[in-house]
Amino acid sequence: MSQQTEAKKAKQKKSLTRIIVEVIAVLSCAVFFLVPFYFIIVNSMKTSAEASQLSIAWPNEFRILENIQEVLAARDNMLLLAFFNSTVITVSSILILLVVCSMAAFVLHRRKGKAISVIGTTFLAGLMIPPAVVPTIWVLEQFHIFKTFPGIILVMVAISIPFSIVLYTGFIATIPKSIDEAAIIDGCGGFRLFFSIIFPMLKPIHSTVIILNAVQIFNDFVHPLYFFPGSDNATVQLTLYNFMSMYNTDWNLLFTNVLLITIPPFILFLIFSEKIVAGMTAGSVKG
Amino acid sequence: MKVNKVYSYALLIPAGLIYGLLFLYPTIMSFFFSFTRWTLTDWEWIGFENFIMFFEESSLMIGFKNTFIFAFLTAGLKVVLGLILAVILTSQLKTKRFIRSTVFFPVLVSTIAVGIAFSVLMHPSEGLINQTLGLFGINGPNWLGNPSLAIYSVAFVDVWKGVGIATVIFIAGMMSIPKDYYEAHQIDGGNKLNAFWYITLPLSRPAINAVIILALIGGLRTFDLVWAMTGGGPGFSSDLIASIIYKQYQAGFYGLSTAGNVILFIMVAVIVFPIFKFLNRREVDL
Repeated sequence: MSQQTEAKKAKQKKSLTRIIVEVIAVLSCAVFFLVPFYFIIVNSMKTSAEASQLSIAWPNEFRILENIQEVLAARDNMLLLAFFNSTVITVSSILILLVVCSMAAFVLHRRKGKAISVIGTTFLAGLMIPPAVVPTIWVLEQFHIFKTFPGIILVMVAISIPFSIVLYTGFIATIPKSIDEAAIIDGCGGFRLFFSIIFPMLKPIHSTVIILNAVQIFNDFVHPLYFFPGSDNATVQLTLYNFMSMYNTDWNLLFTNVLLITIPPFILFLIFSEKIVAGMTAGSVKG
Repeated sequence: MKVNKVYSYALLIPAGLIYGLLFLYPTIMSFFFSFTRWTLTDWEWIGFENFIMFFEESSLMIGFKNTFIFAFLTAGLKVVLGLILAVILTSQLKTKRFIRSTVFFPVLVSTIAVGIAFSVLMHPSEGLINQTLGLFGINGPNWLGNPSLAIYSVAFVDVWKGVGIATVIFIAGMMSIPKDYYEAHQIDGGNKLNAFWYITLPLSRPAINAVIILALIGGLRTFDLVWAMTGGGPGFSSDLIASIIYKQYQAGFYGLSTAGNVILFIMVAVIVFPIFKFLNRREVDL
């Protein structure tokens, strides 16, 4: 009897230490990783005067709706325009990437020979090589597409091609070749084989490619800065940058802006976090 | 032969055309234009002048040094911290899903937003970090205003934002280690530290290699975080090659900017490629 209670006590003690460990883990992680986000959210709700204290205190006066209105209206609805521009760039780039990269990955994986492996390596090199800035502008100007949607979209596609091809190649490797062979015997040509049989089978990896590129392109600051300048061409990340000089001290508005442009990736994260993690780890280990 | 015909090069053309015209072609041309004084419409051959300028001007040279420090420091910290987090998150912890999501979320937030938030948190007198240090009687430094500290502060934020990727890659690697190894180790009477040292670490080699390479490439190319936090300042003290490329481009020195691009290319090739080869050779030895 006493032995039993002792064992029970030991078990309780053990579970208590476990709870303590869990609490410490969660707390330290929250302090380190969540406080900056808490700081952004709290300050986006304050008045300009209160936000200028840069503290994490709870707001005395809630101004989040007014702040959102003000941020949206600033500079002739610049943020709305930026959301539109970023959406156009993100969606168009992804649509092109889906088609061209899956096609390319299919040939790169299935075809054998020296030439194709050289081409494959050339694509992979894009994972390492930093894009050449001014020469790219120079090329865009030759085609008269500098500062235009087609220009920035094609640049985004070009720099996203290597990683997307890595993702597709990894997935196509799991599709048995016997499927191709059966289709070939039935008289399917290359294009029909790909578009009517292989492409629909790529659904799971399509969604990974869509989500990863959506986050990447939507959050991109550097490339729109270089290849899509001009106030009519604002993209969401650049609104922050323009904002900083304009509202030097209006931190509440700046953080409201940060909050608004973080919402789309946050929603993707909530719905697809497993998929994002899987895609990033698979792609990176192979790349 | 007949099979290769089905997998026609035609399927490769769209991707090849976009990638070739807007990525490969500019990269190749950058080698030419880096030897010129260039106005986009006109160029004049000036030999190695741009490169000599890069290594003689102290304001440009410092970017070279900083890029080196930044890339290796952030890569090293991401490996060490990522491994620690991954060990914690593959343990029995019940809250590990929550913690993993929290650690990973900053990866998906825009770099500029993170940079702005941290430049406020790092404010020398009002910022939360120094206020908190003040509670413990510590007089916090001027994180971003001190020229010899600024680049390290930016590196810290880069690790904060990017350690989540390293962590999930390590977790994926550790999950694929067969449980039998740990059981055998336990039966032999080994402790947990030894298990980490002799089982987890060697068998996570491929994941560690991937993180090192990814972090180095990312670190060498970093621009947006520095731009959001310090703008390369104070002075030029936290400039990276990528931020110098931008500054020279803005100033209209296209040839010089492109020379910066070529130097970055060579740095990536000279640093990352041999490390990649070295790491992969070790992997084969195992």
